[in-house]
Amino acid sequence: MTRLGLFLSAFVAVLFMTALVIGPANIGVAQSLKALVAGGEGPMTLVMREIRLPRALLAMMIGAALGLAGAAMQGYLRNPLADPGLIGVSGSAALGAVLAIQTGLAAAFAFGLPLAALAGAVIGVFLVMALAGPRGSSLTLILAGIAISALAAAFTSLVLNLSPNPFAANEIVFWMMGSLADRSMTHVWIALPLIVLGSIMLLSLSRGLDALTLGEDAAAAMGIGLGRMRLTLIFGTAAVIGASTAVAGAIGFVGLVVPHLLRPLVGARPGRLLWASAFGGAAMVLAADIAVRVILPTRDLKLGVVTALVGAPLFLHLIYRTRRDAV
Amino acid sequence: MNLCTDQLAMMVAGEGQLLSVSNMASDPRSSAMVSRAAAYLTNHGLAEEIYLMQPDLVLAGNFSAQATVDMLRRLGIPVAVFNQAYTLEDVRDRLTQMGDVLKQQDQAAMLVAQYDAQLATYREDVTLRPRAALYYANGYTAGDKTLAGQILTTAGLFNIATEAGFNADGIIPMEILVMAQPDTVITSRPYPGASRSEEVNAHPAIEALRRTRPDAALTSSDWVCGTPFVLQAISDMVDLRRALQANTP
Repeated sequence: MTRLGLFLSAFVAVLFMTALVIGPANIGVAQSLKALVAGGEGPMTLVMREIRLPRALLAMMIGAALGLAGAAMQGYLRNPLADPGLIGVSGSAALGAVLAIQTGLAAAFAFGLPLAALAGAVIGVFLVMALAGPRGSSLTLILAGIAISALAAAFTSLVLNLSPNPFAANEIVFWMMGSLADRSMTHVWIALPLIVLGSIMLLSLSRGLDALTLGEDAAAAMGIGLGRMRLTLIFGTAAVIGASTAVAGAIGFVGLVVPHLLRPLVGARPGRLLWASAFGGAAMVLAADIAVRVILPTRDLKLGVVTALVGAPLFLHLIYRTRRDAV
Repeated sequence: MNLCTDQLAMMVAGEGQLLSVSNMASDPRSSAMVSRAAAYLTNHGLAEEIYLMQPDLVLAGNFSAQATVDMLRRLGIPVAVFNQAYTLEDVRDRLTQMGDVLKQQDQAAMLVAQYDAQLATYREDVTLRPRAALYYANGYTAGDKTLAGQILTTAGLFNIATEAGFNADGIIPMEILVMAQPDTVITSRPYPGASRSEEVNAHPAIEALRRTRPDAALTSSDWVCGTPFVLQAISDMVDLRRALQANTP
């Protein structure tokens, strides 16, 4: 377990450094790191501190948030298909964020944007859990997720199309696919508090999730309050997904892929899977963001495109396996 | 039924010759002739409403909806298509073309002569060209093969987009823009209602570039179309250049 932890954190650190030294402007590795740490006047410091650093930080934060939320939902619902993107939580968070931007709430005060996305996400998680039920089958869960995603996406498109701003309609793709292009430290600061808060809530579920593998009755006998767990899960997930989506759009499949890959490595214990998935998610989003910059540096390829290309085949594989297990 | 042909037509057309202009012509953000557009009927570039006006001729741009143009032609209404202007030379050609189409050759020739005369006054020799960057929503910039790029160059500014290898329009990564260290960043005027695309213009890195420089310049409706209004844009940019040069001894 500590070996895995060391490996994952080293992996994230390497990817973080790579993300910092890769970019369209050709700056040497040593030079760029010197500009980042030592500072000084000149464009290089500006590029490193105001453009690349926030981008790499956001990739790491958002990846960790998505991985953690995926692992927590999968553990609680005991369903490997639960991913915040797939079940419509990211979509409803995006709707909340779009409403905040278009109504001017986001401009009115600093945390307007992430809090509105949080509200959207709370409604999303709540609806999904209500529709699918605590022990709902995979099918109900996915169907509820599709319905909520479709509805949230339709409202998002409607709001953006009604906007008087001609650019707004073009942004539908950003909210659906997610991107980290041209984000700034401002975005780091508005997302960070909610991501930290939500992560603490989700990590506190660790013991409860382990107990839950023995069944609800056994968990209750061990003194685990299921009602409280459920509330913590809803608000924790909504906080991390809301904050992430507010600044980077809906990035799908990270919460699906990462827990799936790491589950065998932590001995299938959902409690341990939580922190492992946070590191794994950070690594995946950092890698995906490096990929979009290496493949098409000038085109702003959306992050969600890369994560979906990796995640969707795995999703199909999981559906296939779920079906095989059912028969 | 096109913002730019609307404006050319309003300049060239004789009394009673022009019936209707598009709704874009009355939008102060895009059109430089809002008050004059108010004198005409408004259309929205839809085949149905234009057909009901029973015009003898429809003026369209080469970016007008092709389906609408085709339908009007099928209905027997002649459509004159004007190509978008990419250079300052194109402005003369479009004026002449509009004169031919509307049988107002004299009026067009007079406008061309005025345009040429004024343009010549801006073409002075500039030895020290301040570095300027065009930076629009979503990170778009414009190179030398565009009207905006030519406005900059004519006004004696050096367009950093050409240095970065852009000829036409394109997205310039913010990092490249910052590394090029422009003396001024010219952005577009924001539309009402927020959008993420326009947020790049308020990015801290861009703000930092502007901090020590004269007031941020904004492109306006004078920049949009290949009409003699580009002269106004050039004149604004000449003022900006003088301000920059006064600022950096």
